[in-house]
Amino acid sequence: MTTTTGQRAAPEVGTPLTPSRTTPGRPGRRRGDDLAAWLFLAPYLVLFGVFVILPILLGLWISLHSWDFTLPGKPWVGLQNYRDLFTPGSVSFDPFWNSMQATGIFTVCSVPLLIVVPLVVALVMNQKFPGRNLFRAIYFAPYVLGVAVVGVLWRYLLDANIGAVNAYLGKLGLPDHITWLSSVPEAWIALVFVTVWWTLGFNAVIYLAGLQDIPKELYEAAKVDGASPWSQFRYVTLPGLRPVTMFVTLTTIIASANMFGQAFIMTNGAPARETRTAIFYIAETGLQDFQMGEAAAASWILTVALMLLSLVVLGVFRWRGGVES
Amino acid sequence: MRRIVQYVILLALTLLFVSPLLLMLVTSLKSPAEASQTPPSWLPSPVTFQAYERIFGAADTPVMRWFLNSMVAASANAVLVVVTSAFAAYALARLDFRGKKVVFGLIVATLFVPPVILIVPNYEIVGRLYWLDTLVAIIVPTAAGGFGVFFLRQFFIQLPLELEESAFLDGANRWQIFTRIVLPLSKPALATLALLAFLTNWNDFLWPVYVLFSPEQQTLQAGLSTLQSANAVRYDLLMAGAVVASVPVLLLYLIAQRFVIEGVSRSGMKG
Repeated sequence: MTTTTGQRAAPEVGTPLTPSRTTPGRPGRRRGDDLAAWLFLAPYLVLFGVFVILPILLGLWISLHSWDFTLPGKPWVGLQNYRDLFTPGSVSFDPFWNSMQATGIFTVCSVPLLIVVPLVVALVMNQKFPGRNLFRAIYFAPYVLGVAVVGVLWRYLLDANIGAVNAYLGKLGLPDHITWLSSVPEAWIALVFVTVWWTLGFNAVIYLAGLQDIPKELYEAAKVDGASPWSQFRYVTLPGLRPVTMFVTLTTIIASANMFGQAFIMTNGAPARETRTAIFYIAETGLQDFQMGEAAAASWILTVALMLLSLVVLGVFRWRGGVES
Repeated sequence: MRRIVQYVILLALTLLFVSPLLLMLVTSLKSPAEASQTPPSWLPSPVTFQAYERIFGAADTPVMRWFLNSMVAASANAVLVVVTSAFAAYALARLDFRGKKVVFGLIVATLFVPPVILIVPNYEIVGRLYWLDTLVAIIVPTAAGGFGVFFLRQFFIQLPLELEESAFLDGANRWQIFTRIVLPLSKPALATLALLAFLTNWNDFLWPVYVLFSPEQQTLQAGLSTLQSANAVRYDLLMAGAVVASVPVLLLYLIAQRFVIEGVSRSGMKG
């Protein structure tokens, strides 16, 4: 049963399309299609080539140089930028690994919440009740605001002296002088909370679409078999949601590991540089101090780390899928 | 009983999402003194627009200019994304050509590339093109992402093939089939993509913060951080700026909420 569910909901990416399905008129390749296809593709491929493919390769090239955007000479240094980033005591070692640690802390704390909380919200929303679409629209609303708006708003609400959060905590008889934005771990709690507040609706909407794709018959069959609500959740809902959960997990990890705006606006990396994330460090080093070789090397290290993590996540989901079927 | 518990949870969440936004609006209508009172009042007395007057008039933080910049950049980006993606997606959905799998595979693969890898080299490229500190830098590079192509391809392959086939038998060429049959049938998908592109570009933050430096070139989102450094704890001004930055996207959302949410929920199928 679980296997069929998994296959039903499996994404259709990469399924090759047969020629007869793609070519109107006659089956097989028609003369002129090659040219027409490349003409249709050309405008997009120019953008894609110049601003996605070229930068990926250029980034690698830059990382092998001492590359200052403002200076004419950009001497080749081989792997020196990478070696520096891995050598304790070098100028770049501490700032880089502090920022990687910040990214790690934020990712580890925010990702589980951003996987579980939206799922719970989606489950509550996945029933017919009056006002359902209104609630869904309200929960999603913060996501359409930019991170700058969200950051400025919460910096105000979390202000240690005049912020509403401390004011209402005080009214409840709780500590009311919490320095949410200038000490750890408070700043991490604040950053994670604000991120959940901001993006919860996004993941919830994706889960909700996944829940609605699970065939009703499976639940009915489970009920006939006398399955409790919990077993229905465990043996129908969770396996049925597996592809969607995998998608949410992967995209949430990438999003959390690239967290910038919240820290830039709310804490500006404070206290000291505790909440300066890796992408924050890369942007400052590369686009403000123009040490682009070092910054490019750092972004490659972060990217490779993220790719490996994604592969592990993919592996876990595949393995779990294997176990269940 | 279960229903009551459910509504209690739903209303508590609503409060959590709505009250911060409400306080943002209320605070923007307060005097500086009232804006720093704690706990905050939920009704400004008196209601004053002086925060808006102040930020609209300031030379170093020209908020109206930023508003215009954001409008231009986000609209131009949405048009660029929809046009280039629609052409490319049609080729990938309906045409048969050598190298198709490679092209499509590359585009899908880059959907999962962390954005951080592009920042430094794209700055270099945009610098070489003399686009730094111009809106072109905000409009063009972000249009290269693969989401639009992927999204429209999924839509095009679901369209009934028969219409295109009969047009083809009537002697219509590719261009005519695309512009007269496929595009008109795809209006909802094109509108959804335009909307998502507009929202994404309007809300883009890291890139404009570093690529734009002149006060009059900022977008609203980047400008908000300038406004913040200029007015540390003048929350009346900051909330007024945040309201200006939110109104267009919230209005769009209010009008086209269904498209936005459906567009996002369909993106979950891309994994």
